[in-house]
Amino acid sequence: MTTPDTQKQGQAPLVAHDSIDGEIAILNLGPTHPATHGVFQNVLKVDGERILEAEPTIGYIHRAFEKLAERRPYNQITPITDRLNYCSSPINNMGWHMTVEKLAGIELPKRVEYMRVIIMELSRIADHLICNSVIGVDTGALTGFTYMFQERELIYEMFEEVCGARLTTNIGRVGGFERDFSDAFKQKLDTFLKGFPARFEEFDGMLARNRIFMDRVIKAGPISAERALNYGFTGPNLRAAGVDYDVRVMNPYSSYEDFEFDIPIGQDGDTFDRFVVRQQEIRESLKIIRQALDNMPAGKHFTDVPDFYLPPKDEVYRSMEALIYHFKIVMGETPIPAGEVYHAVEGGNGELGFYLISDGGRTPYRLHFRRPCFIYYQAYPEMIKGSMLSDAVLTMSSMNVIAGELDA
Amino acid sequence: MSNQEILAQTALEVLGDKALSSHSPYGLLTVEVPAEGIVETVRSLVEHPVLRMGFLTDLCAVHYPDDPGREIAVVYHLHSLPNNFRLRLKAFLPIANPAIDTMTPLFSAANWMERETYDFYGVQFTGHPDLRRILNVDHMDYFPLRKEYALEDETRDDKDDRFFGR
Repeated sequence: MTTPDTQKQGQAPLVAHDSIDGEIAILNLGPTHPATHGVFQNVLKVDGERILEAEPTIGYIHRAFEKLAERRPYNQITPITDRLNYCSSPINNMGWHMTVEKLAGIELPKRVEYMRVIIMELSRIADHLICNSVIGVDTGALTGFTYMFQERELIYEMFEEVCGARLTTNIGRVGGFERDFSDAFKQKLDTFLKGFPARFEEFDGMLARNRIFMDRVIKAGPISAERALNYGFTGPNLRAAGVDYDVRVMNPYSSYEDFEFDIPIGQDGDTFDRFVVRQQEIRESLKIIRQALDNMPAGKHFTDVPDFYLPPKDEVYRSMEALIYHFKIVMGETPIPAGEVYHAVEGGNGELGFYLISDGGRTPYRLHFRRPCFIYYQAYPEMIKGSMLSDAVLTMSSMNVIAGELDA
Repeated sequence: MSNQEILAQTALEVLGDKALSSHSPYGLLTVEVPAEGIVETVRSLVEHPVLRMGFLTDLCAVHYPDDPGREIAVVYHLHSLPNNFRLRLKAFLPIANPAIDTMTPLFSAANWMERETYDFYGVQFTGHPDLRRILNVDHMDYFPLRKEYALEDETRDDKDDRFFGR
């Protein structure tokens, strides 16, 4: 049995006690493993606890969304987008609505855009809370996870108040929202904004400056800014590496230019930086929600696009015109121009892009999802090469790889 | 002339006669380029001192079965982060031999994107380090996103396309 020449690969040399007689083992991490938080597999080549090579295999929950989308009318594609990054479905839904609106040239009232911003930032908080509390779990700190899941529950209750669903929300429509924010929603949001920051800071205090946690996550799974850009990183993972690219600022959509907020960046691109960047983004999201609430313009919660926006149900029963529009929308007979459009939103994990080609037919000719997870997860073997197995688990959870988005 | 227009003009100048045609649907400059030497074409944009299109946002393919000789379009979305300028490049390939050079020497991100494109459209990326299927099973013997594969089972007669999609 020969010892692998890891020095040739530019890695730290193996120390004698790492290796049991230089024996190389193959370890399957996943497809169903508690530490992978989703269905995907990593075949690890390990020497003792040190990782020599990793080979990710994905596609376990591939559902052919792009093929499905070529047969579905535009409003029936929204539920597909739910199932991409299911930790922040509303952002996917809104991104899709905005793509169709861009293609059809629909202008929205400011009120709708502000309402969308509130929903999107709430889901960003939910998304980051899951990721960061799971980093805690993977370091052995389960407490924060249980507390933060209660907060996430409050956010889901708000989604339920707006659209009736919690996880796969299918929230809003092309042209606006089904209904205005209810008093119950406003009440819940108010309670959340009063209570959440204190409990969140408690969670932050428990981990962010905790010596044990810091020792555990600093320098775990780092990536340089240059490599991160080359690997197509976006979102918190790219910002943790020190690049201040955020779609909300660079290509503002849905009136994000109206809000004052900062883009937190890290330095080393390691697990600690990713954790801290997400923590700070939660605070920035709260700032955006408060501003949107304070400056909420008056007006309607939808715009006048009868071709896309379902008429109120009672009118469908009484008015011929409403019945016709209702029938046409439900049957997918919406007039849509031919053209191609790329629209990107800042999803929970980074730039979520929709590349849509329409030939004027009732369904898209081609729809491609730019899924941030899929693109940055390929850097994983490089990030964990030469590190310990337990760091590999941490790196994966801090990258926030969501199987639904990975496989589409 | 706005900054974006100047950059668009610069990009067209850099591409020179490589730009076979160009238009800007929804404000995104889209240029058709020849499939031969695609890496050098993109490299000239990446290494240009002003443009610096150093970020590969997206890579995918589209199938146009009614366009003989250029059925498969490979679409690159490039982004210049310093200038916040986006550019879409398209290269058309014949379906009989859909081969194009790999973008992996320039962008590590292209690795899986090209595997995905191969998986769904059968585009052969010449020089790709590991061109295998990525989302579908390895023993699949067709490229499912091509238009000849209908989503529904064609033997079914209880679903009418006039009512249930394309």
